[in-house]
Amino acid sequence: MCPAEANPETKPSRLDPPKVTRRSFLSIASFASFLAAALTAVAGMLRLPKPAVLPGPVRRFKIGFAEQFAMGSEIRFEAENVFVFRDAEGVYAVSATCTHLGCTVARAGSGFECPCHGSKFTEMGNVTAGPAPRPLPWLEIGRAADGQLVVYADNEVPAGTRFRV
Amino acid sequence: MATTVQKPAESATREFLQNLRNLPRGLKDACFRTGRLPESEREESQATFHNLFLHIHSVRVHVRTLAPTLTYGLGLISAASFLILCITGVLLMVYYKPSTAMAYDSIKDIHFVVFTGRFMRNLHRWSAHIMVVAVFLHMARVFYTGSYKKPREFNWLVGLTLLVLTLALSFTGYLLPYDQLAYWAITIGANIANSPRELTDALGITQWLDPGGFQKRLLLGANYVGEDALIRFYILHVFILPALLIVLLGVHFWRIRKDGGLARPEDPMGGHAEWGGELRRVFEPLATKTYGLMAVVRGQRPPVNRGPENTVMSWPHLLWAELAVLMFTVAITLALSLVSDAPLKELANPAIPENPAKAPWYFLGLQEMVSYSAFMGGMLIPAIVWVGLALIPFLDRKPAGEGVWFGTPGETRVVWQSLAYGLAVAVGMLAFTVNFGWLRNWFPGIHQLWIIFINPGSIFVLLYAGWSLWILKQRNSVRLAAVALFTCFLVGFIVLTYFASVHRGPNWQFYWWPSQWPVH
Repeated sequence: MCPAEANPETKPSRLDPPKVTRRSFLSIASFASFLAAALTAVAGMLRLPKPAVLPGPVRRFKIGFAEQFAMGSEIRFEAENVFVFRDAEGVYAVSATCTHLGCTVARAGSGFECPCHGSKFTEMGNVTAGPAPRPLPWLEIGRAADGQLVVYADNEVPAGTRFRV
Repeated sequence: MATTVQKPAESATREFLQNLRNLPRGLKDACFRTGRLPESEREESQATFHNLFLHIHSVRVHVRTLAPTLTYGLGLISAASFLILCITGVLLMVYYKPSTAMAYDSIKDIHFVVFTGRFMRNLHRWSAHIMVVAVFLHMARVFYTGSYKKPREFNWLVGLTLLVLTLALSFTGYLLPYDQLAYWAITIGANIANSPRELTDALGITQWLDPGGFQKRLLLGANYVGEDALIRFYILHVFILPALLIVLLGVHFWRIRKDGGLARPEDPMGGHAEWGGELRRVFEPLATKTYGLMAVVRGQRPPVNRGPENTVMSWPHLLWAELAVLMFTVAITLALSLVSDAPLKELANPAIPENPAKAPWYFLGLQEMVSYSAFMGGMLIPAIVWVGLALIPFLDRKPAGEGVWFGTPGETRVVWQSLAYGLAVAVGMLAFTVNFGWLRNWFPGIHQLWIIFINPGSIFVLLYAGWSLWILKQRNSVRLAAVALFTCFLVGFIVLTYFASVHRGPNWQFYWWPSQWPVH
């Protein structure tokens, strides 16, 4: 117990906590509520530009029937930025979007090359040169109800995953 | 004010007619309070502080402020080109349509159909270039004259923020034509904003913490450059960034005045003052002697009739100087716009990247570093350099050498040495990477974290910082260490920018000249 309370006659020490009057309590409280309201409003305003829906091209598209892909063939789907390959094990799709800064890679030799900053990839998409931080992603392939193959360009699958046909 | 007193009108009709006759004079008096150009110094000071636009000036300025070789008017050139940008920008907004379907065509309309449209667009383009150049040079001027020192630290920070805003304005403007160059430069820019993901991916924490993805989506409103990105860039370019820039520009100007005008040494004229067209010695009382009035007056007369600190009236001296700089800037911009057209490539095509897709020239130094690793080169190194610049006035606090070009003893020498060192490091590193490649060429299986952090740019920063520390120890001066660092970064910036502009071609490969690029 502090001495000021034990004996009301004792002079209050300067170490005692300052007395909070009702007036100052209310003014602090009202200021705090103003601050809380202002912060909430600002937070709401800042939250608005963060998109809730990401508009963009459809990232799921049919590529035709499995029989259309001859053994050892490769087809580039230009609008969708995807290469589709067919080998003995099945059909697989590799994204043509460079993992560095989003340029579109082109076929060069047996692999891929990016025109923007010179990243090079093997046929399997692994980085061999340049600044690309990740291999080119392999994309999921499925079969639609009508029997056509579908590439799900937003769904990455582990490299080497093929769709058996 | 000085209206002739006429006989009081006898009737309301006559009074009305008389007032009608006096209308031109009445209008003039209402607009211009003094009614004529100021003649005395008192009226000149009133002209300054009675006018909303002029009262940002102090009434008197130091004569040194007006010396062209102190500032080369670089800050004013920046502001003047911003003024041109605002005017031409609003005119371009009349026809520009911010939608992916119409943006490109509206730029073509502006270029080929709209009366003076092409000229306005050229002016906008050229004054943007001039503004960026002038802002960089202005920063160098303030640095090399030591004008950031106490009490001007805050204004140095405001200036650095203005630099960022200037670059952001030109970056956002780059997308608006929606041509190939715009599309791919912004795709690259947005993916640089996305590049913290390189780090979070390498650490395997992207699914919990993804600042890169957040930044990219905030910028583009989507995962790809499209309608949302164009609208966002448009809002930033025509409203948010200019509004911020105007406010900060006001603060910047205001603080120049409140911090005591342009930085200058304690006694810039060496105890002299200009009086009657000649320099005279200012009276300096000896500390040990007591003077009667007669003693003070006799001998070397103190210049009367002249401010004790060599100041002159802002109206008209400063005003004329400012108008001259404005006219100079307008003249240069006009001439360039008549000679050279702003470029416009083909319509944006997301399927085929522009090759090479080069950012505007002032970002090419960054692009060169980005071509080794995006996060370090595009975000971390610029952030480190910016913070380093911001810290300068707080680390270098000795007032010596203020307001004089290379004013610290030994500074010129350090500048030359740092120029040579910075040049050698930059050219040497670039020659090395062109000839021998970089990490992945030597260690194909190297961990991504090494690729991210060991960027040639990081080596630059380390070597430059090391040089600066060596100067700090060797020359025993914080200012000289700052000079060494600033000079090195300036040289590095120029070399990288030059190298990426001239010597990088398709696939970001090295070519001696653009004429050697393969035809495709």
